[in-house]
Amino acid sequence: MSEPLYRALGLTDDEAEAIEKLLGRQPNNLELSMYSVMWSEHCSYKSSRLHLRRLPTEAPWVLVGPGENAGVVDVGDGIAAAIRIESHNHPSAIEPYQGAATGVGGILRDIFTMGARPIALMDPLRFGPLEDARSRWIAEGVVSGVSGYGNSVGVPTVGGETVFDATYQGNPLVNVLCLGTLPVDRLVLGVATGVGNLAVLLGNRTGRDGIGGVSVLASVGFSDDEDDAAKRPSVQVGDPFEEKRLIEACLTLLDEGLVVGIQDLGGAGLTCAASETASRGGTGMDFDVSAVPRREAGMEPFEVMTSESQERMLAIVEPAGIDRVMELCARWEVEATVVGRVTAGGQLRILQGFDGEVLADVPASTLHDDAPLYDRPMAPPAGIDDFRADLASVALPAPDDVGLDLLEMVTDTSWVWSQYDHQLFLNTVVGPGGDASVLRLKHPISGIDTGRGLALTTDGNHRWCALDPREGTAAVVAEAMLNLACVGARPLALVNCLNFGNPEHPEVMWQLSEAIDGMTEACRVFDVPVVGGNVSLYNESQGADIDPSPVVGLLGMVDDLAAVPPGLTWADGDRLLLVGSASSHELSGSAWAFGRGHRRGTLPPLDLVSVTAVASVVRDLVAAGLVSAAHDVSSGGLGGCVAEMAVASGIGARLARVADHADLFHESMGRVVLAVHPDRLATVEDRLGDAAVEVARIGLASGDRLSVKGLFDLSVGQLTERSRGRLPDALGHGNTQA
Amino acid sequence: MTTVGVVQFPGTNCELDALEAIGHLGGTGQLLWHGDDTVAGVDAVIVPGGFAHGDYLRPGAIARFSPVMQAVVAFARSGGPVVGICNGFQVLTEAGLLPGALQKNRDLKFLCAMAEVQVASDNSVFTSRTNVGDVLRIPVNHFEGNYTCSAETLAELEAEERVVLRYVDNPNGSVGDIAGICNGTRNVVGLMPHPERASHRLLGSEDGLPLLGSLLDAAGVTA
Repeated sequence: MSEPLYRALGLTDDEAEAIEKLLGRQPNNLELSMYSVMWSEHCSYKSSRLHLRRLPTEAPWVLVGPGENAGVVDVGDGIAAAIRIESHNHPSAIEPYQGAATGVGGILRDIFTMGARPIALMDPLRFGPLEDARSRWIAEGVVSGVSGYGNSVGVPTVGGETVFDATYQGNPLVNVLCLGTLPVDRLVLGVATGVGNLAVLLGNRTGRDGIGGVSVLASVGFSDDEDDAAKRPSVQVGDPFEEKRLIEACLTLLDEGLVVGIQDLGGAGLTCAASETASRGGTGMDFDVSAVPRREAGMEPFEVMTSESQERMLAIVEPAGIDRVMELCARWEVEATVVGRVTAGGQLRILQGFDGEVLADVPASTLHDDAPLYDRPMAPPAGIDDFRADLASVALPAPDDVGLDLLEMVTDTSWVWSQYDHQLFLNTVVGPGGDASVLRLKHPISGIDTGRGLALTTDGNHRWCALDPREGTAAVVAEAMLNLACVGARPLALVNCLNFGNPEHPEVMWQLSEAIDGMTEACRVFDVPVVGGNVSLYNESQGADIDPSPVVGLLGMVDDLAAVPPGLTWADGDRLLLVGSASSHELSGSAWAFGRGHRRGTLPPLDLVSVTAVASVVRDLVAAGLVSAAHDVSSGGLGGCVAEMAVASGIGARLARVADHADLFHESMGRVVLAVHPDRLATVEDRLGDAAVEVARIGLASGDRLSVKGLFDLSVGQLTERSRGRLPDALGHGNTQA
Repeated sequence: MTTVGVVQFPGTNCELDALEAIGHLGGTGQLLWHGDDTVAGVDAVIVPGGFAHGDYLRPGAIARFSPVMQAVVAFARSGGPVVGICNGFQVLTEAGLLPGALQKNRDLKFLCAMAEVQVASDNSVFTSRTNVGDVLRIPVNHFEGNYTCSAETLAELEAEERVVLRYVDNPNGSVGDIAGICNGTRNVVGLMPHPERASHRLLGSEDGLPLLGSLLDAAGVTA
């Protein structure tokens, strides 16, 4: 006997039974395919919702929290900022260029859906090791895809991260964050209200690309290469020029107040947009599937309703405004078609012509709100006590040559971000390569400069989270806090992208739950609301789950952007201070230990209160213009931190008071290196003293060598060459996939 | 009052930046829609950067057929100051207002970076406020910025001193390190660097201001 259809669509026996119960009858095939995409892991968060509820989401400045297309916060002067982060991991593993490109396209739509003009992108990327040919192919394709789409669509990519590690071999992570600004009074939501209003489909024609993408790609892991190749038709193809016109057309419609509600078409396509707008609006919708413009002939209704063709939006418009909507869309050469009518009663009906045959008839809210909620079994991994007891500082011998180890650890990522337009809109005061990016905050309509700045950082660290998802995730949030502090910004809101393995593995669910608890703890101490997020599960390859990889995006405010923040570059003669104290010199979880194959042990304890104090005083010193450079100590420890600063400055430094390799490479969180002109040293030290944070004089910036007394002595030229050469040497100086 | 018109094609993305920089200099700007066949009311034209018509087919290849470009060509032929920046430079070469073409960068990669350019001629509507030999720090942001032309054209450009800007450290393989050129009557200039991105101290350079200021001067003469 052949397998029932619902299983082929990715639904379980229990889910199929639940659908039948909701409808009081057997669903037909179209209905079944609609439920299958809406109840997929990607759309319904069925494994994670239960845990996500624990995150703190409220603050007086939050206008829209999690659950909408993007989080929105009030940033003053009548301006609101919309922010969202999403993953496009699985499509990028299969077709790197288009996977990444459509990831950018999707996140942009989430932002302008809210009425905001997208002003910045960030892309935290994770790839397999540079030694692996396929990982290099993926890395180059993903970077080309972000570049090809982002540059062309006209939104600058102002930062991100690029990490290479064996855990991502076969399953890269492509996360994309977008920030937009809007006048506070233009905020719109994805709701369909007003019986008789029209649903207008804008943008691209609907094709067979990406059918079932959410259930096929985003909600299962990868096994072997032949299967992956078969999944390729589920990857969508992006058209940045279509998206650019769509952005301009939608923002024009919003400017003229023509739109009641608007929703982008992403995962689950028209099914998602129609059911979510109706469900949120407490209404129903009659949807004429025959009206949808198609790219190819012979498409079945289920294909039209679940296609993930890119660059489409669904706008809810009053009948009186429809002529003007059509006129403005024609001006921007955006195709616009009435495909639905808002109805009373809450039913979503899919029709063959508004007066034609009823192909599907389901309560809209059941697709959206009645998705299953799983409390999946969770358990710490077996042998966790032994795992944590195996300390790197005990297991690993001291290196013969500390300098050589340091040389291996510093990677300049400009190969990646020099391919991205990171300057468009004349906002970028600090771009990629710094601790956090800083953008001038201008009014999105008038263009008037507020004299203030928005700061943005993305952070993640799979090493810390592999050892301890709870403490590691809290440390990631702490790092983001310190990154903002180094550019003089205070935090406003956090978004997260939770990249984890297969949720059907109890240890993965345990990791997810622990990570959410760690994030909650840190956000509470730092008083930062979580305004949105994305969960990406089933990141696994050949049966192995990736290390838990929560990524956070933290938005901050620079209250007075009078000068360019100091950045990483010190001047000859600057005194170097280390602010904050190490809780221990334990090397477990450090880049140094992982580089030596030791991926176990216990992290140095994290003191969130101490991090708050360090962040606060560093922020004040930077804002007061008292330091020449500020850089937080994270991956690579103190050694990595000062090496990056030396490379950025082209000037060396002599350090002392670093006891040994453990002192140099441990990653105890909550420390910042400051470079201070000798004339300002007393003032800075006074302020640090008043703040009651620990501070140590560790050295002097000078000359063309970076040395630590008794440990190593490297030329800045050699460090620079190795740091800048690593990516071009591995990935090539040219581009082959654009 | 002098007004600088900034052309907007579908896919253009630097039009507001150009307007902001012009405003920063005390000038007045207005957008010129690609579908309108007139540039009436403006004293100078900027064809800004971006991806007009998605750069599909070839950068500038579709844009040059826009109604507004017929008006821009007529305006230029009558002596009006016209500047093409980045994608705008590509459009002007496709439209036949400037010789040569922009091909893919030598490294076959998009490049967004600060560049140093040296003024090679101060005799044009975009360099009159500078002096030959001045070194300006102005960002580049392009995939197709590698200027190329025939040997005859190059000889002509050099003989007539129509190369207005040269890269100090050639980032894209352009022949003769060419970053910008002008036409024979010196009222049409095309360049790959983005002067509007070097127009504010918080952006790391203000070296674009003398170039944009030169255009305002030229517009004032026309007005």
